[in-house]
Amino acid sequence: MSTLSQTNPSTLAGRWLATLADFFNPRQLASRAQQLLLPLVGIVVFAGLWQVAAPQVQTSLGAFPGPADVAEQTGALWQEHLDQRARADKYVTMQEQRNERILAENPDAEVKIRSYPGAPTFIDQIGTSLVTVLAGFFLATVIAVPLGIVIGLNRHVNAAINPLIQVFKPVSPLAWLPLVTMVVSATYVSDDPMFEKAFLTSMFTVTLCSLWPTLINTSFGVAAVNPDLVNVSKVLRLSFWTHVRKVVLPSSIPMIFTGLRVSLGIAWMVLIAAEMLAQNPGLGKFVWDEFQNGSSESLSRIMVAVLAIGFIGFLLDRGMLLIQRKVAWNE
Amino acid sequence: MSKSHLELTGVQMAFDTQSGPFVALDNLNLKINKGEFVSLIGHSGCGKSTVLNIVAGLLNATKGGCVLNGHEVTTPGPERAVVFQNHSLMPWLTVYENVELAVQQVFRKSMSRKERKEWILHNLALVHMDHAIDKRPGEISGGMAQRVGIARALAMKPSVLLMDEPFGALDALTRAHLQDSLMEIQKDLNNTVIMITHDVDEAVLLSDRIIMMTNGPAATVGEDLAIELPRPRDRVTLADDPGYVHYRQAVMSFLYEKQRFPDQAQKKDDTRDDEADSDSRRGLRAIA
Repeated sequence: MSTLSQTNPSTLAGRWLATLADFFNPRQLASRAQQLLLPLVGIVVFAGLWQVAAPQVQTSLGAFPGPADVAEQTGALWQEHLDQRARADKYVTMQEQRNERILAENPDAEVKIRSYPGAPTFIDQIGTSLVTVLAGFFLATVIAVPLGIVIGLNRHVNAAINPLIQVFKPVSPLAWLPLVTMVVSATYVSDDPMFEKAFLTSMFTVTLCSLWPTLINTSFGVAAVNPDLVNVSKVLRLSFWTHVRKVVLPSSIPMIFTGLRVSLGIAWMVLIAAEMLAQNPGLGKFVWDEFQNGSSESLSRIMVAVLAIGFIGFLLDRGMLLIQRKVAWNE
Repeated sequence: MSKSHLELTGVQMAFDTQSGPFVALDNLNLKINKGEFVSLIGHSGCGKSTVLNIVAGLLNATKGGCVLNGHEVTTPGPERAVVFQNHSLMPWLTVYENVELAVQQVFRKSMSRKERKEWILHNLALVHMDHAIDKRPGEISGGMAQRVGIARALAMKPSVLLMDEPFGALDALTRAHLQDSLMEIQKDLNNTVIMITHDVDEAVLLSDRIIMMTNGPAATVGEDLAIELPRPRDRVTLADDPGYVHYRQAVMSFLYEKQRFPDQAQKKDDTRDDEADSDSRRGLRAIA
């Protein structure tokens, strides 16, 4: 097969044959099969066990949902979303038509434009959760990276702040939440609020819980800059800012990203709990509402949310990894 | 009387340790002329690097001081460029960018952008690294990286070039190659160089003077040997040269006869060493 690829590599057909030959190259095939097959086997075995075990668990809302129920509810949630969208579109068109009619009769009339008042769908809730978690994570990063640099650069600041970090790091989001809620309620008073209070409460809780890994990793990364490189910087008489920009920051980028990835994972986990309690219209609220709803489909719908949460968490981590590969010099 | 280019006077360096101050260097005096190539040689821990760091300004002497061109050295600066043992290139910058960082900083005002670019390429060509300017330090060998480290130091146009065991981490062949390169560059630029080394052959081959340091603590200059071999020097012909052999023998005699026991003076305070020794003695007895 390799002779094929060598005989005629310049023509299109030759190259195509070479690609084909590579594709069916036994060693390549074996490694690809391993890459794809084993995870697939894992998933299939898991689904099988789940299917068998689920009906054995009887709850007050019926048997625990198996994969089939969950698949069905996934379809149902998607259909609900499409229906809701269609209704919203219709609502908007009707509103526009009515307004046009009013304006045609009386050009000076004040027309009202209301947004569609329907409940958010599962997909909308995923969107809300993503926006909330990214906002909280962004805020955490903006606080943790600069603070981590300051801590890492200065032994004395480190000694002063380290005990605080150690104490606040393990605090559960559920403990922060009531405090954050009260503070947000007391301080964010506005007649025309830009953000929902529930959104702010969830976001700040996410920030408070997720900034620690980034903070700790940044400070470690900065403190661990190769002393020889620091000496080079001294010999060159780099100014403080140039030193931070050209030596400290690039040098600690790998550590910072390790921290950011852990932080984003924590942020996503914390968010669900925060949304449940703060009633932010995201996935957390979806789970809570379904639980309160207690219909025969609720458990399946919650299970859909569980899988969605897991899958989105996985995608967020992959996204972070992609950014890391783009930015970090050691990748 | 001509003033010397670089002068260390009555230098004492004491470090604070948990068991009180540790005097690494004491009453060290050294005068170096412009264009001289000086090697510092001595056993490990004798304070060679401390001397270099004081000249570099990375350490401040507790007593005495260092004067370069009539100015006292208190802080590091590019006129005293350092070549570190492990090249110390920024791993995230390319070869070109590493030299650029130095050139940008030192000649930001005095050179145009075009001149800077030419100067960077010139220095990389000098160390024969102009073929790999877009490689990262991780993608080139240790010897190549050390060449770039030297190019970066030379690109600062230093008054004194300080080299801390520049070839210590390299294999013998690469080392010989870089030594030849260094001699070539030195012939053209006539820099003042202070180099730390452990290698007697390297010291004799490269230096105009070899400063042999006594063992610490309170290390100081033991012997000051002028190497009056004609340049250019060739390692193969010199190997048989009676003068070369004589100088080599003189350094060896200092290191292995006069300063034979590098830990002798320390033993009194360093209890851990004693323990280790008695441990090994016990071990020997057990074997016997």
